[in-house]
Amino acid sequence: MSVHVNPATATAGEQQVVAAPPAPAGGRRRRGRFAFLSRWDIKVSPYVYVAPFFLLFAAFGVYPMLYTLFVALQKWTLGSDIRLNIGGHNFVELWHDDAFWNSVFNTFGLFVFATVPQLLGALVLANLLNRINFGRTFFRLAVVIPVATSTAVVGIVFNQLYSTDFGIVNWLLHLVGVHPVDWHSSQPGSWFAIVTMVNWRWTGYNALIYLAAMQAIPKDLYESASLDGASATRQFFRITIPMLRPTIIFTVIISTIGGIQLFGEPVTFKTGAGSMQGGTTGQFQTVTMYLYQEMFERQRLGYAGAIAWVIVLLTALTVLINFTLVRRINSDK
Amino acid sequence: MATYLGTVTKEAPSRGRPRRTSRWTYATLTLIVLVSFFPLYFMFVGASRTNDQIGQVPPPLLPGGNLFKNLSRVFGNHDANILTGLVNSLVAAACVTVSVVFFASLAGFAFAKLRFRGANALLLVIIGAMMIPVQLGVIPLYLTMVRLGWNSHLEAIIVPFMVSGFGVFMMRQYAAQAVPDELIEAARVDGCNTWRMYWNVVLPALRPAAAVLGIFSFITCWNDFFWPLVIMQDPNNPTVQISLRSLGTGYYQDYSQVFAGTFVATVPLLLVFIVFGRQIIGGIMEGAVKA
Repeated sequence: MSVHVNPATATAGEQQVVAAPPAPAGGRRRRGRFAFLSRWDIKVSPYVYVAPFFLLFAAFGVYPMLYTLFVALQKWTLGSDIRLNIGGHNFVELWHDDAFWNSVFNTFGLFVFATVPQLLGALVLANLLNRINFGRTFFRLAVVIPVATSTAVVGIVFNQLYSTDFGIVNWLLHLVGVHPVDWHSSQPGSWFAIVTMVNWRWTGYNALIYLAAMQAIPKDLYESASLDGASATRQFFRITIPMLRPTIIFTVIISTIGGIQLFGEPVTFKTGAGSMQGGTTGQFQTVTMYLYQEMFERQRLGYAGAIAWVIVLLTALTVLINFTLVRRINSDK
Repeated sequence: MATYLGTVTKEAPSRGRPRRTSRWTYATLTLIVLVSFFPLYFMFVGASRTNDQIGQVPPPLLPGGNLFKNLSRVFGNHDANILTGLVNSLVAAACVTVSVVFFASLAGFAFAKLRFRGANALLLVIIGAMMIPVQLGVIPLYLTMVRLGWNSHLEAIIVPFMVSGFGVFMMRQYAAQAVPDELIEAARVDGCNTWRMYWNVVLPALRPAAAVLGIFSFITCWNDFFWPLVIMQDPNNPTVQISLRSLGTGYYQDYSQVFAGTFVATVPLLLVFIVFGRQIIGGIMEGAVKA
């Protein structure tokens, strides 16, 4: 019973033969109960071990998801017990809601402008990291360290960097003779600022993912390409990129899910009251901010529920589109 | 994980044109690293200056001598309650980390090494669960928390996050290759019951992956912003991220104090990154190859 299983010895067949006898010697008459217990143990234990996940997931994942569908069909004020079933009315209203479509437009705009340069930059960065020998750990750690910051911190710090009157960005622009830009009030300005926040935080992380995949590419592919006289650039596009296809698909899906949930950076980019508004004209309000605003500032639970479902449908749709798109682009080569 | 990094990367392809290429590579990388560090450095500069200095043009680029004064103002700010926020975030992140690692390794072990009916279907459910965005369930989750009386209490940011689909999946992948089947069989023959097998054989073998999962869980919980903003609305009992937001929402923008606050909220995680840097890099890269 109490024989310790040592990894080094346990694989040897004789060890088991030697170790086996003590168990029955412990108590011959308890053998029947033992066998029953152990059979029970083998049968039931796996379910017991996976149960915590499924219990909590059912309570805090599945149930809320389904209940949101019910909420979306109600007229229901936050904090009130009175609710009225109004069928699909919330969805109809949503369809005609300009503020909602504005937030959808912002979310997708920010997502595209953030993700494309981010993943391209990550590919280039991974290629650089793959070429060095000295200081490997240092450079890898240095490029992922932004992940240690929270979205709230990023929003606050960049808000200052992009300050119109005394921000570093405008000061640098001034040095090269460009007039100060109001990064907060215009749509292109605020989008640019938010995109840099997202990319600052995630480019290095994606680069490490690409780097790992690059190192799994067999070296002889490059060797034979070199023998055939292919340049480094050509090798990058003809070997590296196609071989990275599954990884690129993976990062695109992860970025899509994250991009559509964009919340912390734009919320903290505008300090003070009304930060859920995303700027005076909602020029950088994302769908999640709109959801929060409807739920807590306008207390419209049912309407917020409808928004939640539309967000999920949009996410699923975008993941699907991106998935087919990325697959297509790569298989053409 | 460290050995993995060592063996795979040793032969970086630096053949061909060695010198010039690598000089440019290092120059570009150094520039990228500077960009990557700069906002963090600037946070420290802002945290150690006075408001007047932050408002100057050109902006200050070197640290000043006001760090401790600003820090004491942050901790003395009764609207932000950052000390409570730090303790709350630490407690919540620690609970979530221990719980996620425990339940994920247990379930990962079951999926990788125990045979049971419906295992594949259940695993598919877990992978699907990873795709669901938080926003979808936020309204009923909020209502549930209110009914349980957990709103503005730590339970609200701990209990729903005690398990993670990503964690189970990651542990399953790792257990499948790190724990040989012979080891499980040998333990079984020796009369180990399933629990002892997990505790004495599997868990020690999973230690590297468990460390990575633990670090990621801690970071995610510490940095979470959306859910705490929904559920921790009592300003007297915030998480650290919510405290930060309260620091920033006055009529008068006290920038040096806000920067000192972000500094306080970020330093613990920077330390985690520096101490566990190798494991974090290995975790990100290993996860990528498996996915």
